[in-house]
Amino acid sequence: MTELERVKEEDERLARERKKIVRDGPKLTGAKLEARLERTWRRPPGIVGWLATVDHKEIGRRYIVTALLFLAAGGVLALLMRLQLARPDSNLISAQRYNELFTMHGSTMMFLFAVPVMEGVAVFIIPLMLGTRSTAFPRLNAFSYYMYLFGGLMLWIAFALNIGPDIGWFAYTPLSGPQFSPGKRADIWAQMITFTEVSALAAAVVLVCTILKTRAPGMTLSRMPLFAWAMLVVAVMIIFSMPAVALCSSMLISDRLVGTNFYNAYEHGDALLWQHLFWFFGHPEVYIIFLPATGFVSVITETFCRRPIFAYPVVVLALISTGILAFGLWVHHMFATGLPRVGYSFYTSASMTVAIPTGLQIFCWLATIWDGRPRFQVPMLYVVGFIITFVIGGLSGVIIASVPLDLQLHDTYFIVAHFHYVLIGGAVFPLLGILTYWYPKITGRMMSETLGKIGFWMLFLGFQLTFFPMHFSGLLGMPRRVYTYPAGLGLELPNLLSTVGAFVVATAVVLFVVNGLWSVYRGVPAPPNPWGAASLEWATISPPPPYNFAHIPVVETRTPLWDSAGELPVVSGLRVDEKEILLTTVVAAAPDLREPVPAASLWPFIAACAVGVLFVSSIFSPWAVVFGAIPSAIAAAAWFWPKDLRRHPEPVIT
Amino acid sequence: MKRRAAFPLILMLSGCSYQHYQSTFSDAAAEVRQFNILFVIFLVVCAVMYALVIAFLIAGLLRRRRARANVMEEGRHHETDPLMSAGLAGWGALVATGLVGLAIASFFADRSMASAAARPRLLITVTANQWWWDVRYEAGDKSKTFHTANEIHLPVGVPVQIVLQSNDVIHSFWVPSLAGKQDLIPGRVNNISITPTKVGIYRGQCAEYCGAEHAKMALIVDVDSYGDFLGWWRHQLETAPQPTTPLATAGYNFVTSRNCAACHAIAGTPASGTVGPDLTHLASRRSIAAGAMPMSEGNLYGWVADPQSIKPGNHMPTIGLEPDQLHAVVAYLKTLK
Repeated sequence: MTELERVKEEDERLARERKKIVRDGPKLTGAKLEARLERTWRRPPGIVGWLATVDHKEIGRRYIVTALLFLAAGGVLALLMRLQLARPDSNLISAQRYNELFTMHGSTMMFLFAVPVMEGVAVFIIPLMLGTRSTAFPRLNAFSYYMYLFGGLMLWIAFALNIGPDIGWFAYTPLSGPQFSPGKRADIWAQMITFTEVSALAAAVVLVCTILKTRAPGMTLSRMPLFAWAMLVVAVMIIFSMPAVALCSSMLISDRLVGTNFYNAYEHGDALLWQHLFWFFGHPEVYIIFLPATGFVSVITETFCRRPIFAYPVVVLALISTGILAFGLWVHHMFATGLPRVGYSFYTSASMTVAIPTGLQIFCWLATIWDGRPRFQVPMLYVVGFIITFVIGGLSGVIIASVPLDLQLHDTYFIVAHFHYVLIGGAVFPLLGILTYWYPKITGRMMSETLGKIGFWMLFLGFQLTFFPMHFSGLLGMPRRVYTYPAGLGLELPNLLSTVGAFVVATAVVLFVVNGLWSVYRGVPAPPNPWGAASLEWATISPPPPYNFAHIPVVETRTPLWDSAGELPVVSGLRVDEKEILLTTVVAAAPDLREPVPAASLWPFIAACAVGVLFVSSIFSPWAVVFGAIPSAIAAAAWFWPKDLRRHPEPVIT
Repeated sequence: MKRRAAFPLILMLSGCSYQHYQSTFSDAAAEVRQFNILFVIFLVVCAVMYALVIAFLIAGLLRRRRARANVMEEGRHHETDPLMSAGLAGWGALVATGLVGLAIASFFADRSMASAAARPRLLITVTANQWWWDVRYEAGDKSKTFHTANEIHLPVGVPVQIVLQSNDVIHSFWVPSLAGKQDLIPGRVNNISITPTKVGIYRGQCAEYCGAEHAKMALIVDVDSYGDFLGWWRHQLETAPQPTTPLATAGYNFVTSRNCAACHAIAGTPASGTVGPDLTHLASRRSIAAGAMPMSEGNLYGWVADPQSIKPGNHMPTIGLEPDQLHAVVAYLKTLK
């Protein structure tokens, strides 16, 4: 066969295959199209299919459920601590056990609940909001979930085996170093960090690419939902901040495992190095938790006030500037460490400056309420609760940004009150609101409004009862992380109130869970758009089919479902016999490329197992890094192995 | 007085037992008075801002029943109330002005606190250990230097500089009634200045999580009149008295020749360990084991017999004394006034 004949034959083969390609369009629409898409996009059957799925909705759901389980577990620890602190000089829980409890509580809430739950919600909803069928890099997305799950399981299994960490959630050296934390407790903590940073980085890359490249045609950056903006800023922040904690925790691991002296002051190391690196990550971390919640607030406020958020560009700029400023104020965690005082003034100013974009965002929400016609359904109640509560936390943040004030208040219960106001009031309230709001989209049913309202009021009042007295405990001289306190300092009453409040909060959370579980089976079936909202996730049925949208919608305004009379305009021409999504340009969201979507695959799961074994076994021997790399490399190679080396029937790039 | 005016809630919350013992609301030192003034300034500004936010929220929520609104049901959802745009600019300016004002107030308070402490007349070195405080009174003449532990005596009205160091992990020196906190960091030296203005007893405790017994690492600061302080200071310079009773002598022999002396020092005896607290004037202190228990004969018995059950994980081992040894040791320790 001559070269020419070979080329000709190949061309004919390609032409034959091209003819077989099926696309959506006027000829293929309605039920027939849906059936075809269903066949292409549904996950493979059985347990293997369950582990292999790359559907962003399933992964997002698992993320959310897992994170809520960790929230419950961390909450139980909090209740145990509150029981211990209900009375002075109490001996209910020993000092050692108490230290494990607050370490596990903080680590679980920060690393296993707050950040992952935001990522999980985003992974579920962002592709729907943007009008596409999948996230970018769906296999990486699956890998990210398994890494997170394994890291969390490792931490909690270790805790159950009584080798849980006892060094606090920020693990200051040298207390966490080899000399003062012998045994494996600190290693478990540091390796949990490794798991979560790998997971968070993977999720961040997925989100950045999804938000920038898969938006529906016409959804320019200036028409993008504010939640997508918030997640874009957050994902970029994760990419910039996680390397700092990766560095400092790796240095801690190597101090402990192979005897380096990064943090050993007596061998030319520096104990404070840890604090700089950790807080360079740790402060942005707070905004990584808070900014998605501001996105939730914007979403809920828009829908329930029946108008778009006032001053959209101001809100976007506020998100971006908060994201940037967040990297310039880590030293405010270190005001008592004796760094040069004039330098501190800079961080005081930077910390106060961050109140400006946040203050502007709050004004924009309030102006939206003013200009709209608010409906008091459960999600909106959470927004009102958020504003009342979070602003207290923000203002107490301004107080502790001042060096002279912080020197008294730092590391006391005033700080404990402050960050619970910011994290529960600022992030958990909006989260519960948004879970109620997106619950019909996730499950296809509505949550009970009555139970939701009772739960909200219990949570809101219980929260204030728990955490408001803590301001006074702190001012009355109670340091944080003490397993008990002496009688006679005036600490009895505030602590007792906090304990009572904690149980009210716990009851409210149980009520939320009961509501969530009951409504899965008994809730009112949800129509596509039960709240009458404006964004694209409501343009498809609840819950969405595996392919999300039968046709990819076209967006012409910021509130597409409010501005289109009847049907949304759509584009067609995507393949339906293979998984394919439409990529659009970064700024203008003009159609750009058609991108094949990877099929379901077990390899992300297997790779996560291999890497997990490497991480866990390297707690016990440095050689695990060498030998564990082999299965990890094999898994990665199999994962990325090219599926088909022959020419594609049509160029992927149009 | 300021406390009562500005924080009546605190009195309500804490009941009648409230005192200045360990509280940021005190007027026992110049530094803390500055804290109180600055805190009230911040509190007032923040309260005004909070009131504005809540007022706006309530106004917005109450306004919802009006006929005309820029909502999608009326097809006006892309319009905005022009009042709001002006409001946004005004609000931004107000927030920025408030913050600049607070930042300036904070800066000057910080400067004045740093300069007030310029000329100390007494120098003390505090070295933190897991979980107790070593206190060394410095003097130009080395023979006038002495150690004590977990208790500091200060003369009222005299500026004091305290040098802060750590032997193991990071701790934080915090006596809320007298000053803000400063960390004690291995490999670094920090300083804190205090000018106590009121005679009294103040309690402090470690404020940076430092391991198992972090909660039981307290410190008592006794602010005396100048004369009382001088008397105490002279007494601390004395070495331990010789035991007089046979029982105390047996205790002396045990303490100086057995395990105890490896870690503890008693001036004027062969016991010169530096791992644990100095015991020279142990019986004159107010507490045992960094505030774990008040000083009393019974508590001393308990502590010497089994320190691990009282403060589990602390570095003093339970050595299993025979009853007669225990009686002797406690009898001797009681003489260390």
